[in-house]
Amino acid sequence: MVEMMELKLRAEVKNLLFSYGDKKVLNGVTLPVHENRVTALIGPSGCGKTTLLRCFNRMHDLYANAQYQGEILLYPDKRNILGKEIDPMEVRMRIGMVFQKPNPFPKSIYENVAYGLKVRGVKKKSFIEERVEKSLQQASLWNEVKDRLHSSATALSGGQQQRLCIARALATEPEILLLDEPTSALDPISTRHIEELIQELRKDVTISIVTHSLHQAARVSDFTAFMYLGDLIEFGASDQIFTNPKDQRTENYITGRFG
Amino acid sequence: MEHTQDILANIRRRKLWDFAFAFVGLMSLLFALVTLLTLIVDLSITGVPRIQADFFTSFPSRFAEKAGILSAWVGSFCIMLTTACCAIPLGVAAGVYLEEYAKKNWISQIIELNIINLAGIPSITYGLMALGLFVYKLKLGQSILTAGLTLGLLVLPIIIVTTREAIRAIPSTIREASYAMGASKWQTIRYHILPYSSGGILTGVIISLSRAIGETAPLITIGALTFIAFLPTSPLEGQFPYLNLKWLMDPFTVMPIQMFNWLSRPQPEFHVNAAATGVVLLVMTLIMNGGAIYLRSRFRKKMKW
Repeated sequence: MVEMMELKLRAEVKNLLFSYGDKKVLNGVTLPVHENRVTALIGPSGCGKTTLLRCFNRMHDLYANAQYQGEILLYPDKRNILGKEIDPMEVRMRIGMVFQKPNPFPKSIYENVAYGLKVRGVKKKSFIEERVEKSLQQASLWNEVKDRLHSSATALSGGQQQRLCIARALATEPEILLLDEPTSALDPISTRHIEELIQELRKDVTISIVTHSLHQAARVSDFTAFMYLGDLIEFGASDQIFTNPKDQRTENYITGRFG
Repeated sequence: MEHTQDILANIRRRKLWDFAFAFVGLMSLLFALVTLLTLIVDLSITGVPRIQADFFTSFPSRFAEKAGILSAWVGSFCIMLTTACCAIPLGVAAGVYLEEYAKKNWISQIIELNIINLAGIPSITYGLMALGLFVYKLKLGQSILTAGLTLGLLVLPIIIVTTREAIRAIPSTIREASYAMGASKWQTIRYHILPYSSGGILTGVIISLSRAIGETAPLITIGALTFIAFLPTSPLEGQFPYLNLKWLMDPFTVMPIQMFNWLSRPQPEFHVNAAATGVVLLVMTLIMNGGAIYLRSRFRKKMKW
């Protein structure tokens, strides 16, 4: 399904070590992220997949006693976004994130989507309106909310809220979109909605998704990385990982023998 | 059969303790309520008949039935205004700084502990400090400004603590959502932290002001007068810039001091005035606290995460 020839790297994790106080979470992870592809991070609880994802937009910088070493190179200019000299704000302006639990701001739908542009200092109203509509359409939410853009976002259903959060992240045209278990708080129908959405979005944006559901990883991703106890055990095309894993631990996990 | 009897007996035995505790709890509650109610009723029976329009529009007087609380309530109002103006910005800024900017280490923990300690210091200590600092050192005199600053310092810890609590009630997911969009710290505070915590902060401000309005000891210490038959300078004037702040430097009295003054007189007619002033103070405190509860519930309804 995926032809290796046309693949371009969008980012590359190199020997990433991460610890929370004395507790080691990642012991040297190396991982490629391909452009316009969906990379799934899977593994049992506590394997460090969410920690790895949150490194991509420096969320850990918000909390004391998180330490990390290593590099995440953002292509094409191979900028190390973990570098001490790089402002986390720059990283977060370039890499968007959607969280596990839908977290819309208790403001209007419009204000939510326009927020990224607002903090960047964009003033032109017509441009913001255009971008809000485009992002909501990309998140396939436009038809449901176009008549109530100025009502509160927290009145939406859980699934709609999560699509709103995706639209909010898309509005600033991120280079990579991070999804941290985006459907774990949602019902099956909303989950299917979001999965279809991910399939659509990969045309425009590089996606990295953490998921607890192996089926979801198999359905939506082009590449899968299996992590276990802070190590990357196996990385490969999702077809291969789910049908013909090379490592015994990967096989045990995907066949449901643990995790 | 016997087994069922055992279980029922066991349940009866344990339920007896439920009942015993419910009884003790109810009695304790009634003790507090009845005391408060007696106080309010007693004060009202004596004071309420004296509360008429002229009570609010007359200065204190040698004749009990002509005496009113005009200078006292105007003084209380001016001082509350000054207190609010200095304590709200300082307290909110300090609370936001401690929650959002300060590193969490042993220094910040010591600061936190001491802010809580400050809230428990006897108010007369603030009065002594203010006498030395504001009245003698800074030469602000025995003025409304001095009183406002003193009470401002007194309520500052309450405002800081409630501000921090209100900020802590905001889920970290909201903060993360804002930062993840590339927002700066100040933008996150300006667009999220302050708006979402404003209900809690406002509640804290009102509760702290309702404490300040009843304070007497620190104001006596800095030299509040007990008999004032004039009002502070009007803040409005005929020529440009039409507003002035001269009133800040005027001497003052406040309602609790007026009450204290009347109570210390031997004539029982003055005691009626004191009771009436007490009722006015009580009603004002109840209104302020009620407003605080109303605001809190309104903001809680508005903020769903």
